[in-house]
Amino acid sequence: MGKAFTKPEALADAHTHYCPGCTHGVIHRLVAEVIDELGIRGRTVGIAPVGCAVLAYNYFTFDFQEAAHGRAPAMATGIKRVRPDLMVFTYQGDGDLASIGMGEIIHAANRGEKFTTIFVNNAVYGMTGGQMAPTTMPGQRTTTSPAGRNVEEAGMPIQMAELLATLQTPGYVTRQTVIKPRYITRAKKAIKKAFEYQVAGKCFSFVEVVSTCPTNWGMTPLEAVKWSEETLLAYYKLGEYKTPEQEA
Amino acid sequence: MGKKVLMKGNEAIGEAAIRAGCLNYFAYPITPQSEVAEYLAKRMPEVGGVFVQGESEVAVGYMLFGASAAGARVFTTSSSPGVSLMSEAISYIAGAQCPCVFVNIIRGGPGLGGILPSQGDYFQSVKGGGHGDYRMLVMAPASVQEAVEMMMVAFPLAEKYRGPIMILGDGLIGQMMEPVEFPDDLATDPSDKDDWATNGMENRKSGSRNLVKSLYLDPEQLNDHNLLLKSKYDQMKKEEIRYEAYNTDGDYVSLIVSYGTMSRVCKTAIDNLKEEGVEVGMIRPQTLFPFPDAAIRDAAVKPGCKTVVSIEMSMGQMVEDVERCVQGRRPVGWYGKCGGDVPTPEEIMQVIKEGI
Repeated sequence: MGKAFTKPEALADAHTHYCPGCTHGVIHRLVAEVIDELGIRGRTVGIAPVGCAVLAYNYFTFDFQEAAHGRAPAMATGIKRVRPDLMVFTYQGDGDLASIGMGEIIHAANRGEKFTTIFVNNAVYGMTGGQMAPTTMPGQRTTTSPAGRNVEEAGMPIQMAELLATLQTPGYVTRQTVIKPRYITRAKKAIKKAFEYQVAGKCFSFVEVVSTCPTNWGMTPLEAVKWSEETLLAYYKLGEYKTPEQEA
Repeated sequence: MGKKVLMKGNEAIGEAAIRAGCLNYFAYPITPQSEVAEYLAKRMPEVGGVFVQGESEVAVGYMLFGASAAGARVFTTSSSPGVSLMSEAISYIAGAQCPCVFVNIIRGGPGLGGILPSQGDYFQSVKGGGHGDYRMLVMAPASVQEAVEMMMVAFPLAEKYRGPIMILGDGLIGQMMEPVEFPDDLATDPSDKDDWATNGMENRKSGSRNLVKSLYLDPEQLNDHNLLLKSKYDQMKKEEIRYEAYNTDGDYVSLIVSYGTMSRVCKTAIDNLKEEGVEVGMIRPQTLFPFPDAAIRDAAVKPGCKTVVSIEMSMGQMVEDVERCVQGRRPVGWYGKCGGDVPTPEEIMQVIKEGI
């Protein structure tokens, strides 16, 4: 009898530091599976963000660089420009990418840099202890919006996939989630497509993954999945926002 | 040596990097160094190199970080406010031990300051503009020719110490035209970086993965990491100090310490004073870190030398290091300007005469 289920080669045999109910583990696995399937592990460089995934390099088995907060797309640009043969992806959260790193992501996408961004959106700063992010929902309580996000002061949550889809430069922009098994298959397909565009040297590719943060939302993992599905997915709508073929 | 050509400092700096074997340049426009970017926008495609105009100096710093971590030789040029923005990346680059060359063609500050030459970024470069315990090897050219030579040795030095290096030129170094030669013998091949660079596992003999990072959560590990960095800075102090001594063979009544373009004006003042029968010596640091401590101390305490004066295009920054070297054994003065006007030989002669 053969082995029915195994760990991807690109994934390290390690216990993660992620909280129960967090989806980073699932997303890490999908990325690792795709890297294995495409056979690119030996020429892949990942870029870890600042945030909960800062230690992501402990869970993958290929080259990794660690960025400053929000700067991963600039680092990825540097790598791809001098070594276009390397497969490069940034793995960033919403505080990292949509707040302090907004400039870097917009311009990398607009230059059409040929790398891939996995953008994990859980509507809150995770590692620093649950502060309000640009993606925090109206009325959502966080440690820096104790009365709930006030849109009069903080504005509405930023929809990154929609924002990047407005750029005229060809690219692949999609929003997925992994909060339930039925979404996971679709998310994996999108991540694979994103890397395939990079392998083909085609365009910048961006996969937003709507996630959970039971710890900082003050919920159980099951409540978090429910809230993510009912509240986040109502605002952060799943789907393909842009493909390079559209513009062609 | 190649043939002598007349070039603007900024363009010569760009060409020197190519001649040194660095074909990767990322930059953001800022006066008074934009000519480097303009020159390389044309030149890099001719030599099969990389030219990228980043969206900000913040991003450019990290483009260097990423490219260097992937094993490439890489450099950027900027001016004071831009270097402030790059200082975040410089700290990370120092922590993650990546060789990168930064050129600062200083303008006046603080804030927007002005666009004329200054040496007001001495502290920023030498004492660390970014956070944390790091140092940077800083070289200060006094001519376009010296800027070219320092550029060419900067890349192998950055690789030797695996860290950021800065060429600190006042605005005049970038803006003036002088005859230059590009010494062929200073061209070098990039070092082998397989033991640390993230250049793809399959491209290395070891086949094991590399990790480039600056995070050490364990206090003992972080302390050890900082001790490792310190050992490199200590090694620089032993092996990389460069300075020029001018008119120090005989006796002199006063010692000038000055660097960059300012030191050339000081030389004229020293020559003029000699004609008047007043002997003045000068130490010109070519490396600002590591600083020529012993040379300055020895020159200052020479019998007959009554005073030491630090002459800078700043409000008195290097003078603190000069005081540290002289250790109170001679009075140390300062003279300088930082609005963009360079002090004249006559002003310097006056300062020296008043001091003695």
